[in-house]
Amino acid sequence: MIEVKDVHFTYPTGVEALKGVSLNIRNGEFVAIMGQNGAGKTTLVKQFNGLLKPTKGEVLVDDVSTRNMSIAQLARKIGFVFQNPDHQLFSETVEEEIAFALRNFGFKEHTLKRRLTWALNLLELTEYRKTSPFMLSGGERKRVALASVLAWNPKVVILDEPTIGQDHRQKEILRQFIVQMNAQGKTVVIVTHDVEFVAECSPRVVLMAQGQIVADGDAKRILTDSNIALRASIVPPQITQIFLGLTDLGLPTDIIDVSEASKVLLEYLEGGKH
Amino acid sequence: MAIIETKNLTYTYPGATKPSIRDVSLTIEKGEFVILTGPSGCGKTTLCRCFNGLIPHFYAGQIEGELTVTGLKVIEHPIYEMAQRVGLVFQNPENQLFALSVEKDVAFGLENLGVRRDEMRKRVDWALQMTGIEELRERAPHELSGGQQQRVAIASVLAMQPDIMVFDEPTSFLDPLGAQKIFEVINDLNKKLGVTVILVEHRLDLASKYADHVVIMDDGKIALNGKPSEIFNSETARLIGVGIPKATLLWQLLQENRIKLEGAPTNSEEATRLLREVLKT
Repeated sequence: MIEVKDVHFTYPTGVEALKGVSLNIRNGEFVAIMGQNGAGKTTLVKQFNGLLKPTKGEVLVDDVSTRNMSIAQLARKIGFVFQNPDHQLFSETVEEEIAFALRNFGFKEHTLKRRLTWALNLLELTEYRKTSPFMLSGGERKRVALASVLAWNPKVVILDEPTIGQDHRQKEILRQFIVQMNAQGKTVVIVTHDVEFVAECSPRVVLMAQGQIVADGDAKRILTDSNIALRASIVPPQITQIFLGLTDLGLPTDIIDVSEASKVLLEYLEGGKH
Repeated sequence: MAIIETKNLTYTYPGATKPSIRDVSLTIEKGEFVILTGPSGCGKTTLCRCFNGLIPHFYAGQIEGELTVTGLKVIEHPIYEMAQRVGLVFQNPENQLFALSVEKDVAFGLENLGVRRDEMRKRVDWALQMTGIEELRERAPHELSGGQQQRVAIASVLAMQPDIMVFDEPTSFLDPLGAQKIFEVINDLNKKLGVTVILVEHRLDLASKYADHVVIMDDGKIALNGKPSEIFNSETARLIGVGIPKATLLWQLLQENRIKLEGAPTNSEEATRLLREVLKT
C-alpha cells in the first residue's frame, strides 16, 4: 500500500529530519509510529500523503510515486487527522465541515448526504450537526476532524497523536473504533507517545530515533525490549516494568497486558515454586 | 496545616446555565502531592482557576461558598497577589513562553512584581538550577525541545517562589522519557522544597507513584478524595471511568483468584515489591 524507499528529507531550515528511511506498510495493516519528540515521526507520515515530498529517495502509494501525484489525488486514498483539530477545522457547522471535502472530491449530492449521515452517526455527532465545531470540547472536535476524514472513505487513515487530551473513556472509545476500522480492512497508521494505549491496541510498532527507524515489529516485542525502548525515549508499559523487576525469579518479561500478566503469575504460583 | 480549604464551593461561568463546580468541599494540606483527575469536562480546570483567583476575578461569573488559599480569602485578594502564592503551569508550554531567551522568560514574572535586580538574579539562577536547565539560559525558548520548554515554563513559575504549584496535564505533548523527567522535576520541588503540588492528569500509570493524595471529580462534584491505593481500588473510580493504574488492575485480578498481596499497589515499584513477597514464599 505504502512503500518508503530510502527516504531522506531536509527542511528548508537545513534540519535533516529523515536520514534514509525504508518501510513497507501493507494493505489492512495497523501500525503505530513511536519515538521521542523530534525523531521524525510526523515528517515521515506527511510523506505518505504528499504534504511533504522526499529530498532523496521515493514514496510509492499503490505503486505510484508521490512525486507524480497531486495532494488531492493522494488525499482521496490517504486521510490525515492532525494532532490539533484546530489546525484542521474551519467551517461554521459540524455538518459543513464534514461535507466540505466530499464536495471537493465531487461526490454527487445524494451520495454526499448519505455519507454525511453515516459519518455523523458513526462518531456520535448527529446532535451537533448544526453546531459550530468551536463550541465543542477538545475531544468532540477531534471526533469531528476524524469524521470529516472518514466520510470520504480513504483506504488509509493516519492519526497524529490521537490520544492527547482525551480522558480514559474517550481513549477506550477511540481504541475500539480503530480496532473496528482496521478489522473492516482499513489501513491505520497512528503516531503516538502513548505507550499504554499502544500496549492495549497491540499494533505493529515502528520505532524512530534521530530520523531513522531503529526497530520494527509487533508491539509486544518492541515495547518490552528495554534496550530498544531506551534508545527511542520510550518507557516500557507499567505491566512490563513490574516483570522487569522480577526477572531473577525466572519470570518472563515480554508481557504488556494485565490479563496475560495475571495468568502468568497464577501459573507460576500453581506450578510449584521454581 | 491546610493550605487550601474550600467549603461548598459552587461556581457558574457567565452565561452558563448550570454550575461547572458544585458544592466542592476540599482540604489540601501544606506539602502534599495531589493528583486531580476525572473525565473531560468534570470541572478540574475550573477548580484550579479558583485557587489562584482567576475565578472570580478574571472570569467573573457567580461564586458561592468559601475559598481560602494560603490563609487568604481568594475573593478578597486580587490575582496578582494570589499569583505570587499559587503558580500555574499549562499543558502546552508554547502558550506560556514568549521571550527571546530562557533567562528573560524566567525573569519576566519577577520584573512585573518589581523584585530588586540582585534578588531577581539570585532567584532566576536558583529556578534554572532546580529545573536542570542552567546551560540553556541564553537559548531562545522556541528553539528548544518540548521537554526543555516545559522546564522553562516550570522555572518561570518557580522563580516567583509560590507555596503551591498547579500543573495542568504538563506532559501530554512529551515523549514518555521526557514526561518522566518532568514528573521527577515536579517531585523534587515537592519533596526537596516542600512546594504543595496539584497535578491535573489523565495518565495515572505515569504519575501515581508520586502522589500522596488523589481527588477524583465527576460532573462538577468531588466523587472521591483520599489515599491513592484506596481511591484507585474503589468501585466508584472504575465506574466513573478514570484510567486506573495497570498495577492496581493486576492486583485486582489476582485478588479475584484468591492471591492475597499486602495492600493495593498503584505503581510498578510497589507491585514488584509486593509480588516478590508472594512469589518467594
